[in-house]
Amino acid sequence: MAEHREVTVTPDRYVTYRYAGASGDFNPIHLDDEFARSVGLPSKILHGLWTMAQVARVQSDDPLALKSLSVQFRGLGVPEQEITITCKPGEDGVVAVEAVQNGNKLVRRGKAVLRI
Amino acid sequence: MTTYLVGREKVREYAHAIGETSPLCHDVEAARAAGFADLVAPPMFACVYSWPALAPVVLDPETGVDFSRLVHGGQEFTWHEPVVAGDEITTEAALKEKAERAGLGYFTFTTRSVNQRGELVCEGEWLNIVR
Repeated sequence: MAEHREVTVTPDRYVTYRYAGASGDFNPIHLDDEFARSVGLPSKILHGLWTMAQVARVQSDDPLALKSLSVQFRGLGVPEQEITITCKPGEDGVVAVEAVQNGNKLVRRGKAVLRI
Repeated sequence: MTTYLVGREKVREYAHAIGETSPLCHDVEAARAAGFADLVAPPMFACVYSWPALAPVVLDPETGVDFSRLVHGGQEFTWHEPVVAGDEITTEAALKEKAERAGLGYFTFTTRSVNQRGELVCEGEWLNIVR
């Protein structure tokens, strides 16, 4: 069983551009501060699925260890601010996961299950 | 239903974008030494091969989603057979449930992806909320 741990990840300034290219999600809310502000956001925001990929990645060094992952997206993540991912393994083999940035929960009620 | 051909460089590009450093995702020799035919896709690469099947279902006027007011509320994936570069992944997507609560629209979609041998590789459940 994985130990209880905390991992921090800081998305760099250009991560949303790389993720847009890699994933094909070019929604301007992730790429253009001016556009993001015009629709009521503070600035360009992280892709939720990028944040989920961080939650997935920190579960194990083996990318194939993950059997399932479910998350709820809440707060909006922004580049250049540290994200803390907390993993708490439970008795039932389910790891409870959260991702928090500046006190803002980006991912809550995450549940990860690893292959044994 | 769409079929997505997993490219080796796309796996590398995706792994790089999410900060995945496992040699299985970058180094063909390492992947082969571990018993895989080619680079291994990180689990969250499921978004890449399933979205082309899901997009037309989300955007279907009959579904009734106003895309400009869409928020990603939740996501669930269950992984089965590994996906490696060279695989052809066929995904079926469907609208599972549509509900309205407190003025918000809740749309749950499902995806089911199989490889070229018909083996299940990933099941997804996507919750989208329309403000």
